[in-house]
Amino acid sequence: MNEALLHSLREILGPAHVLTASEDLIPYSFDGTAALKQKPGAVVFPADTEQVAACVRLANAHGVTIVPRGSGTGLSGGSLPLDGCLLIVLVHLDRILEIDPANLTLHAQCGVVTKTIDDTAALHGLFYPPDPGSMKISTIGGNVAENSGGLRGLKYGVTRDYVMGLRIVLPDGTITFLGNKCVKDVAGYSMKDLFIGSEGTLGIITEVLLKLVPRPASRRTLLALYDSMEQAAATVSAIIAAHIIPCTLEFLDQMTLRCVEDFSKIGLPTDCQALLLMETDGHPAAVADEAARMMEIARAHGAREVRMAADEAEANRLATARRSAFSALARMRPTTILEDVTVPRSELSKLVAFVAATAKRHQLLVGTFGHMGDGNLHPTFLTNERDHDEMHRVELALSEIVDETLRLGGTITGEHGVGLAKKAFLPRQFDDGSLALLRSIKNTLDPAHRFNPGKIFDILEK
Amino acid sequence: MPASPSLLAKLDYSVLQQCMHCGMCLPTCPTYDETKRERNSPRGRISLMRAVADGELQASRAFAEEMYYCLGCLACETACPAGVDYGSLFETARAEVERTGTAVTPQRSFWRWLTLRHLFLKPRLLRALGTALRFHQQSGLQSFVRKSGLLRFLPPSLRNLEPQTPPIAAAFSHELISPVERPSSPPRYRVALLTGCVQDLVFPDINRDTADVLLANDCEVLTPPVQPCCGSLHAHNGDLESARQLARRQLDLFAVDKLDAIITNAGGCGSHLKKYGHLLADDPAYAARAHTWDAKVKDIHEFLIQTGCRIPTAGCGETAVTYHESCHLCHGQKITAQPRQLLKLIPGLTLTELPESSWCCGSAGIYNITQPEQSAKLLTRKLTHLATTQAPVVATANPGCHLQLQNGLAAQPGHPCQTVTQPVTLLARAYRAEARQSSLSTGASR
Repeated sequence: MNEALLHSLREILGPAHVLTASEDLIPYSFDGTAALKQKPGAVVFPADTEQVAACVRLANAHGVTIVPRGSGTGLSGGSLPLDGCLLIVLVHLDRILEIDPANLTLHAQCGVVTKTIDDTAALHGLFYPPDPGSMKISTIGGNVAENSGGLRGLKYGVTRDYVMGLRIVLPDGTITFLGNKCVKDVAGYSMKDLFIGSEGTLGIITEVLLKLVPRPASRRTLLALYDSMEQAAATVSAIIAAHIIPCTLEFLDQMTLRCVEDFSKIGLPTDCQALLLMETDGHPAAVADEAARMMEIARAHGAREVRMAADEAEANRLATARRSAFSALARMRPTTILEDVTVPRSELSKLVAFVAATAKRHQLLVGTFGHMGDGNLHPTFLTNERDHDEMHRVELALSEIVDETLRLGGTITGEHGVGLAKKAFLPRQFDDGSLALLRSIKNTLDPAHRFNPGKIFDILEK
Repeated sequence: MPASPSLLAKLDYSVLQQCMHCGMCLPTCPTYDETKRERNSPRGRISLMRAVADGELQASRAFAEEMYYCLGCLACETACPAGVDYGSLFETARAEVERTGTAVTPQRSFWRWLTLRHLFLKPRLLRALGTALRFHQQSGLQSFVRKSGLLRFLPPSLRNLEPQTPPIAAAFSHELISPVERPSSPPRYRVALLTGCVQDLVFPDINRDTADVLLANDCEVLTPPVQPCCGSLHAHNGDLESARQLARRQLDLFAVDKLDAIITNAGGCGSHLKKYGHLLADDPAYAARAHTWDAKVKDIHEFLIQTGCRIPTAGCGETAVTYHESCHLCHGQKITAQPRQLLKLIPGLTLTELPESSWCCGSAGIYNITQPEQSAKLLTRKLTHLATTQAPVVATANPGCHLQLQNGLAAQPGHPCQTVTQPVTLLARAYRAEARQSSLSTGASR
């Protein structure tokens, strides 16, 4: 990276906040995505929005590309550096600016950890529901940029449903605030929505204004064990058909269960084919009623065993174990390739069966878990990036799974984003009109293609 | 750069690949928490190790500094769903730093030579030094030196350390514990007791307490009077060859087949003692014995709970206690419940949970000497949490933590907690009180 730019960056940020040594750059050459590695030209740590804007203007002046990054836990390569880029790490913007119990909002800088947001809300009897697996370390800015989901999506939705406002640094260095605390607001285009899930390609989010909801007074966590995946899927369909919307309906297959139990050692059964983790929350009477009905439905659909978590501590252990599923699967093989395909929930059991058959046909090891209530599936191939033949078979299998997902009316990604990992599949899902619209928005906001270019889609048609 | 391949390159590559850089370790890492820089995080350090193994990076000075900035607390191992063996990677990386000599300075080389290659390799020499230090401390020489201003002739690094020199005990373990001690009833188990190095010089009473608790639980206790260092200090500081040498001597000292268990009461030693099999895997003469050894090494708390610890009928003289976890006991050996269970067995004693009980106190072997600044920050954090418990006594189960907390609390006279002890000491006191009561009642009935 050119010395003049580095010199200016050091002047603005202080020399300690500009890193260029190999020993500093290598640990920033990846995010949470498997088998992707690219080294930035420099890593900088701005302290506030103005410093972010100053970095952007400098990078523009020197023609350098920019990639924003939070804690680097993304699963599609959204925050993966581009070779030689300026990587703007936002973890020092970590203050909660305001909690407003009268309007049920929380205003925070982008680098606040997701769990801290919810912990702070809890102090006021409030609740920030989106809970991605990495919530103990992921940043709220990263969650908004990737529009992260979580275990509670079925009842509470995803990050987008809680964003009321954003402060953005645009590609030309302009600072703007989009949105406000109003529940209703139809002034102009819904511009903040354009930046939610934009994966750092349109601007850098430096502050978020979030909606909170009252903290549920009660919750119950249930476990149901099955000898077949079909029975678990049938249970989920029956629960929805009975007009129960629990906050969580998660499932794990046997392979995932074994890995999760190996890590967490909380006594999960490892001899069943599928496990459903169900949670209902809300008014104590409603929760008791829903829990009883869900247990009944699970038994009626062939659950071998149904049980309820004894207390809050056990419920937390179960949820934490489930959140570890993806990383725990890495116990089996050196490389863990995670998918995020999502279908209308009525089609989910078809996709689960298809994944199993595809893995078998290509002689691959797969662990599958996911948000059964949302139709969001995480088939995870356990492989070795050094085994080129096997990696080729993984690619074939992924391609077939994507085609089947789209045939069933689904999407290539439910909550992880496209980034680089799923970029090749996007043109299969989008028609020409949609792709042209993506490109035209990108060209309008970032005509010089400075912000995370090449993520989500190729800017130039190939 | 030495021509032979790096130790990291010789390592089974899948151990490095095991890390899928998900970031679950970040919030549990004390150094990442301090700096928020990936280089100071477990996954960042692993990426550097992998770069060295791949030949992309040399084991540079910055690499060396990073490997020694790591506490080796292993909190990341507990947090890691993927099961990365960070401990082995970390030891290999430090060994690579030493092999390539990238961290060498004359002063550092002298201290490493003195401590790793002499004092902690030769137990008799270590005790001789202990005796000399004891004389220095008790003869009035120490206070004379401190008052005289002679200390200003020492380099600052040593001068700052001098007040931390632990008080050497009046008698060492072999003067307190006979080589063979038998319980009053027929023994249920035959166990060996490891007396350690720092434990032996500074806390031999805790070794005596451990023997007493074992005797009270009907164990025959074998305690060789001269024992080598377990080698954990060497393994954690990049001297794997000395660590292997010490492991072999340890194995030669005990008839492992004839023992039910080998008992250790120091978290840091225990974590290393249980890995002799891994350490000596390539040594055909010792590999099998090391494997048996690993299975028989038990932390004292682990052993007592596993064999069913007898509940004392008397109290220990304390009413409230909190518990600080030694990293290598909780993260290295996954022993978290047992020490608490033992404390709860003592009549009249209430255990208050310490917030962040498993967060490193900054002792971390010799980290408080090599990285005093970061160590002090962690100590302050620990003392702040300790104060919130309002407990007058804190129990811990590792001599390093014990000394670190003791030094920290001594500097804060107003702190609500003023006593550092160990679970096994409180248990031993309860058994002794029980024995006194029963001898009194026997006396009275006569």
